[in-house]
Amino acid sequence: MTSLPVTQSKVNYTAWPDEAGHFGPYGGKFVPETLMPALDELEEVYLKAKHDKEFQAELDHLLRTFVGRPTPLTYARRLTEYFGGPRIYIKREDLAHTGAHKINNALGQALLMKRKMQKTRIVAETGAGQHGVATATAAAMLGIECVVYMGTVDMARQEPNVYRMRLLGAEVRGVDSGSKTLKDAINEAIRDWVTNVRNTHYLLGSALGPHPYPTIVRDFQSVIGREALRQMLDPETGPGRLPDAIVACVGGGSNAIGVFHPFLEYEHVRLIGVEAGGRGIEGGEHAARFADPKLGRLGVLQGTKSYVLQDEDGQIALTHSISAGLDYASVGPEHAWLRDLGRTEYTYATDDEALEGVRLLSRLEGIIPALESAHAVAHLVKLAPQMSKDEIILVNLSGRGDKDLGTIMKELGAL
Amino acid sequence: MTGLERIEAVFRRCRAEGRAAFMPYHAMGYPDRQKTLQIIRTLSEIGADLFEIGIPHSDPLADGPTIQTATYTALMQGTTVKDCLAMVRELRAMGVAQPFCAMSYYNPIFAYGVERFVEDAAAAGVDGLIVPDLPPEEAGELEAACRQAGLATIYLLAPTSTEERIRYVASHCTGFIYLVSVTGITGARSELPPDLAEFVARVRRHTDLPLAVGFGIANGAQAAAVARIAEGVIVGSALVKAAGGEDGLARVAALGRELAHGAHHPRANGAS
Ligand SMILES: Cc1ncc(COP(=O)(O)O)c(C=O)c1O
Repeated sequence: MTSLPVTQSKVNYTAWPDEAGHFGPYGGKFVPETLMPALDELEEVYLKAKHDKEFQAELDHLLRTFVGRPTPLTYARRLTEYFGGPRIYIKREDLAHTGAHKINNALGQALLMKRKMQKTRIVAETGAGQHGVATATAAAMLGIECVVYMGTVDMARQEPNVYRMRLLGAEVRGVDSGSKTLKDAINEAIRDWVTNVRNTHYLLGSALGPHPYPTIVRDFQSVIGREALRQMLDPETGPGRLPDAIVACVGGGSNAIGVFHPFLEYEHVRLIGVEAGGRGIEGGEHAARFADPKLGRLGVLQGTKSYVLQDEDGQIALTHSISAGLDYASVGPEHAWLRDLGRTEYTYATDDEALEGVRLLSRLEGIIPALESAHAVAHLVKLAPQMSKDEIILVNLSGRGDKDLGTIMKELGAL
Repeated sequence: MTGLERIEAVFRRCRAEGRAAFMPYHAMGYPDRQKTLQIIRTLSEIGADLFEIGIPHSDPLADGPTIQTATYTALMQGTTVKDCLAMVRELRAMGVAQPFCAMSYYNPIFAYGVERFVEDAAAAGVDGLIVPDLPPEEAGELEAACRQAGLATIYLLAPTSTEERIRYVASHCTGFIYLVSVTGITGARSELPPDLAEFVARVRRHTDLPLAVGFGIANGAQAAAVARIAEGVIVGSALVKAAGGEDGLARVAALGRELAHGAHHPRANGAS
């Protein structure tokens, strides 16, 4: 095995959250009292499982034999030549079972419930449908009842995933309130959880929500970064050294925090999150929480304190993104904190830039990315020209694009 | 008198009169501004002892369909936090004297500025705050501001609350404690939960504060049943539902009378 490089980090970036679930001024638990005991229980159970060798061994086994981990690291030769700059490597979460990174967390939490909690039923929300499919998959494999809430706008634009969930035995409930997208699906999942908390686990799909969810989801997704770190350092599977920059798309922030986290201590590795710029920042039709000083302010949404797109009266703004999975008004609290610490940076890609990312990766590398992941690819167009030939970029490709073909066909038209 | 003292006075009077407090909730701005004022004034004249005034939020995650729809309607008509406080001032000017507890999710308060909100609310005539998604753990700033302004801080307890949490939450409450009758969201229900009396008794072992029960109460008989075991009867969805439609005001008045009678006469309605 390759030995890890020595770090020179002055800050221990893994010191958060504190006991109450705060990442600096972010995070915490903002939920109705009915759920507080369930959150306490979840935290206790999770901490035990984290140090339980048997549990970790079973999860590890399932990640290898069911999910197909480790996912490969691919050298993007033609994309590298196209830009003529830094070498580009791709972490292939699109090759994980069900086609996205979401399965890492879904399986982890489902197994946690099955082995460690007295609960028999799972509820989940989904935006792109990838988390819903991953949850339905884990539930089917472990034999757990599963209900998935999904906004009706998202059901229309991610139709294949709705059918997949039903095929997997999950009940999909359409949500018609508010913007009929991810945020509203989370509200409805939380209402179900409040009502059925005694027998139901809420399987939250991103590094969001009340403590301890941001930590649990981050830990289950960190398998991405741990593998990537090993694969980069090993000359057999990668360049034999650390990358100079890592790029990932940021919806709630789970794939990004998963790939970033094991690299935090290597301060010279730039960690870049790409939000959904939608139709551009000025018009407000986007989901770029960090990029719009007018709408993106500190606030509390769905259990956690973080940057939230909202109006002056604290009402949550309607967001827009071509990708359902990035179409959300808030962002994981740990991202907000790492940004404050200066360790991570955030930018955005518009709908059009993401579509260009889909085209580039499909034609040059033979990989059709999910629209979410295409935002990370799109940022290469800006980033690569700023870097030199002897530098290296790692892109986390969070998912594959099959689910998006309907949207892509509508947007790109006849080819 | 501070807001907290006004709330305490209501429960003292109710105790002296051997009855419970009738505590209607209304979603401010629903069905519209004018009707909001009429509804609250009408309820104030037919036996309401304390009001919960709901400030609308775009993401009411503890509310069922009735209150979701009402607060959404209020928002669509442009109801802001400032408007809600202006309505409170107007109601005071109209002579409505009962204590007002503002019920709001945290983000509108946070966006307004916690200290500024508490000051403005107190100045407008609000007496206490209920913030369903803000547990005491996260409420340091709000509690300090309320103490300064003399407002009550009312938290919720639920059937799922452990003994430890009951003690902890009760120690942060002033005025009264809000007991959520069911494991669930707001909404009228046909039956009270069978374990309600046991839940109320469990809380009572840890506190001397008045206990008000809400969520699901929809008629006079239920109000009387709650009044036999608790100091306050909170009714939201059933009244909000009645407030919609043509003859909303008349229906609110009729239901309000029935509920007030139930809360005020716990031993009537064939009770033992
Ligand atoms: C493929 C893919 N990537 C990214 C995301 C965004 O979520 P997160 O920011 O939590 O990784 C989603 C969400 O649905 C997704 O399906």
